[in-house]
Amino acid sequence: MIYLFVGIAGSLGAMLRYGIGLAFYQADAAFPISTLLINLAGSFLLAWLTGFVFTKANLSTAVQSAIGTGFVGSFTTFSTLSVETVDLFHDERLLLAILYVLTSIIGGLTMSKLGYQTVVRDESR
Amino acid sequence: MSEIVFILVGIGGFVGAIARFAISQLVKRNFRFTIPAATVFVNVAGSFLLGLLNGLHVGEYILLLAGTGFCGAFTTFSTFKLEAVQLHLREQKRAFIFYTIFTYAGGIALAFVGYQLGMLFH
Repeated sequence: MIYLFVGIAGSLGAMLRYGIGLAFYQADAAFPISTLLINLAGSFLLAWLTGFVFTKANLSTAVQSAIGTGFVGSFTTFSTLSVETVDLFHDERLLLAILYVLTSIIGGLTMSKLGYQTVVRDESR
Repeated sequence: MSEIVFILVGIGGFVGAIARFAISQLVKRNFRFTIPAATVFVNVAGSFLLGLLNGLHVGEYILLLAGTGFCGAFTTFSTFKLEAVQLHLREQKRAFIFYTIFTYAGGIALAFVGYQLGMLFH
């Protein structure tokens, strides 16, 4: 049953990612901004959910897995990031490729940590 | 038309999320690694597969189903970052650095290999 929940939530996350990608789509775009924004937003969301919401709210493991692993996990993606980086290399946009990877590393860790720090602030009250 | 593309992405996402969850459960139950090996595996394997699909120049519908849907949901960025932050907070600095470098280097390198391999058979 838990697998079904994860699957349904995962399909919603994937469709939302695709929908946002369509909304941001520009044929002449030099930088994969849509994947980056989705990944950064999702990193914050998962850290906040895991560190704060799931520890406070009395949710079943199935619901937690569906939302965290299923929905947010599928909303964000790593394979697209890898392929987009390779595409930038192929287009000989080496600096953009490096910038993309660095923004993803630093931005992703920062957003994830920010999601966690929400907990610390709240618990210290 | 537009409904079909969303349904294809949704079906791929359904299977991809379940496959990722199943692998993480399997690894958690049977192994203990210093780095989150299940996430490394899905991210690196999924990057290879998406590179392969792109190199093969599969049709739009297959790319939406297997690429955007399956590979997109099979791999994950949010869990990768959360696990990295958790390693960092637990003062496991070496594991944190190794996890980050291994995922990016492995993912990008295998996406490239997959793409080249796909081009051979294209």
